[in-house]
Amino acid sequence: MTDLVKLTAITKSFGGIHALGGVDFDVRAGEIHALLGENGAGKSTLMRVLGGEMLPSSGTVEIEGRQIEFTGPSTARALGIAVIHQEFALAPDLTVAENIFLGELPAIIGWITLKKRAGELIQRLGFDIDPGATVGSLAVAHQQIVEIAKALSRDVKIIVFDEPTAVLATQDAERLHDIIRGLRARGVGIVYISHRLEEVFAIADRMTVMKDGKVVATVEASSVSIDDVIRMMVGRPISTMFPDRKSRSFGPIKLDVQNLVSGRLVKDVSFSIRAGEIVGLGGLVGAGRTEVARAIFGADRLESGVVSLNGKALRLQSPRDAVQAGIGLLPEDRKLQGVILNQPIRVNATMSRLSSVVNRFGFLKSKEEGRSVTALSDNLRLKASSIDAPVSSLSGGNQQKVVLAKWFYADGDIIILDEPTRGVDVGAKSEIYALVNRLSEAGKAVLVISSEHQELFGLCDRILVMREGALCGELLPDDYSEENLLSLAMTGEPARKKR
Amino acid sequence: MTVAPESRIQSGKTPISEIIQRFGTLSIFLVLVVVASFWSDSFLTQTNILNVLRQVASSAGIMSVGMLFVILTRGIDLSVGSIAALGGVLVAYFMAFLDMGTGTSIILTLIAGGLCGLVTGAFIAYLKLPSFVMSLAMMAITRGLSLIISAGRPIPLGDNGEALANFGSGFYAGIPQPVILMFAVFIVGGVLLKFTQFGRVITAIGSNEEAVRLSGIAVPRYILAVYVISGVLASVAGIISSARTGVGSAQVGVGAELNVIAAVVIGGASLMGGRGGVINTLLGALVMGIIGNIMNLAGVPGYHQQVYMGLIIVIAMLLQYSTGSLKRS
Repeated sequence: MTDLVKLTAITKSFGGIHALGGVDFDVRAGEIHALLGENGAGKSTLMRVLGGEMLPSSGTVEIEGRQIEFTGPSTARALGIAVIHQEFALAPDLTVAENIFLGELPAIIGWITLKKRAGELIQRLGFDIDPGATVGSLAVAHQQIVEIAKALSRDVKIIVFDEPTAVLATQDAERLHDIIRGLRARGVGIVYISHRLEEVFAIADRMTVMKDGKVVATVEASSVSIDDVIRMMVGRPISTMFPDRKSRSFGPIKLDVQNLVSGRLVKDVSFSIRAGEIVGLGGLVGAGRTEVARAIFGADRLESGVVSLNGKALRLQSPRDAVQAGIGLLPEDRKLQGVILNQPIRVNATMSRLSSVVNRFGFLKSKEEGRSVTALSDNLRLKASSIDAPVSSLSGGNQQKVVLAKWFYADGDIIILDEPTRGVDVGAKSEIYALVNRLSEAGKAVLVISSEHQELFGLCDRILVMREGALCGELLPDDYSEENLLSLAMTGEPARKKR
Repeated sequence: MTVAPESRIQSGKTPISEIIQRFGTLSIFLVLVVVASFWSDSFLTQTNILNVLRQVASSAGIMSVGMLFVILTRGIDLSVGSIAALGGVLVAYFMAFLDMGTGTSIILTLIAGGLCGLVTGAFIAYLKLPSFVMSLAMMAITRGLSLIISAGRPIPLGDNGEALANFGSGFYAGIPQPVILMFAVFIVGGVLLKFTQFGRVITAIGSNEEAVRLSGIAVPRYILAVYVISGVLASVAGIISSARTGVGSAQVGVGAELNVIAAVVIGGASLMGGRGGVINTLLGALVMGIIGNIMNLAGVPGYHQQVYMGLIIVIAMLLQYSTGSLKRS
């Protein structure tokens, strides 16, 4: 079989962090090639390179044996490469037909022909969607069909599906798989990214497993088991990543959450955390984990439920109330929510407890502040030229440490960490884990949200699993396994207990 | 990995980019002064310099401090020119028609200006209306109010306004009193910005409001405060204008908001929030004043002046870009 696409020795770095470190990847005509790996392994970055959305730092891209110099997504489009992202690139106010032919609309638009052609494309996919309906009015599954039809409206050779079934119900997912198999039969090369391993095994011909920006292996699907793949995905010896905790003694209950309801995604959540305990919150993206954190922190409106601290019910109407009560949140998006990028470290660090660095007339006590922030950043091994250096000059890991420094400085009782190591390189990860341990050793109650399962296993004393806005189970260290966690997260049932 | 050295962290270093940023406006200012003094012999005379300063004090100068605060939070206040007019009219109205004393009239006028800012700020801070639209509405409302109160005619200050008129034309140690007041406002503004919690928080809000909110800061209160300050300072500018001319007129400050914004931006502040300083804003206001002054000295007709003013603002901004102090972010 010929290689449709051949990526050779692709590297891509962002400000010193290697997102891709010499990746080889190929797709053949008429195959479904699954791309697997943990979050942050580099799958999406690799697909951005293939889609021309990102230029690689080095390496070559060959399409049908011809070396290609990408100048942007249009190059990829012209070559017949289509990437269907998790977030659809559709204009919700335009009609189905308009969306499908967007980008190649003729100067004078023949609406009738356009609608007819759109209708044909959709029918070929085995669906019946009105080409004149606005895309925003369609169900998610149908929107995805529009995305696929859009890709097929051109002469497409390669389609990348990035987590296509994440938003679909089982029935729709099966119909999608039929479509994908149909495309394969027509000789289209397909890259399929998914976290749902069983689904991957049902559909893929070959698999490539990535980890930390490198390819672990490319294998025939028939030659490996799910367990093999998980082992490849996890790879590293876990013990070296997670430092030991000095003590593991738990005090009284610090945080107690009862019947929390907030927004669309938090339906009825109750749990409690004791002093010195690190509790994980696992589940799929969109299960409502971040929303639980935000509700406890007062950042989202609490519709009902009680959050108590040390047995005392809190009235939380804003993050300010939460911070004053002694709750800290490391938010999931560091740059947008965590750090003030163009402000110095000292400003970031003391923002959580400004009252301690001003006198009673509101004037800043700069010297005292300098002393305590310097001590704190030495203590956290923050690597920076000075505490007056802007946070933007730091690496991702050190920026995250600045956010942690903020909550070390506030010295509250409860720390919620939402994806604490997202976008952080491996070395800094381990240092952040050590800091999390220190928080628990200091008797704080810690809640960790993470999509990296190994992180939860390595850090947490127990893991609560969320599914569709509610807690569906709890894992204790003896039950820690990828399978148990995923099974709970996806079905709400523990793995293979019955049947 | 970063290249940051592992040495012990200490405070007190200033990166080069910051130095350039700090002196970008200064260099524009100095170039302008040199050009102006070659252009006209009378530019560098004491009378003319004081004239420029007095002009700045009663126009963009004082208001630009309030505008700087607003812009630091990533907002904009288009109502300052109209609030100045309202302030000028109100202070005259209180004295001439309600027979109030100087002090009472001034205090009530300042409160009125603050209230206008409070309303603007409340809608922006708590109801999350865009500052552009909200302050535009306040601009129309206050302009209308000042026309209603004055019935469209200038109100003479009258006998009670004598002290105010004296202040408008008076000197202290050879410097016009309004100019002294302007410098005082800049000094207080600078101290507030540099050395207090308030200054730190509003700058941080402009840089990343969400991060500040998630640090437990009551962001809306600070946003409210900057609009109140802007409103009060605008009414101060209006009072000075009445003091200088002896009448309260609803025609004062038409288009002044644009000059004030220009002064702040020439002063290197970022309209995206989070960056700007008081000294540079003062220089920005002076640059605006000098440009007007040169054109008067050179006898450029009034209508033409506006065209040149626009062009010179563009040139000043380009200079800011080239020195790297202004970046689109």
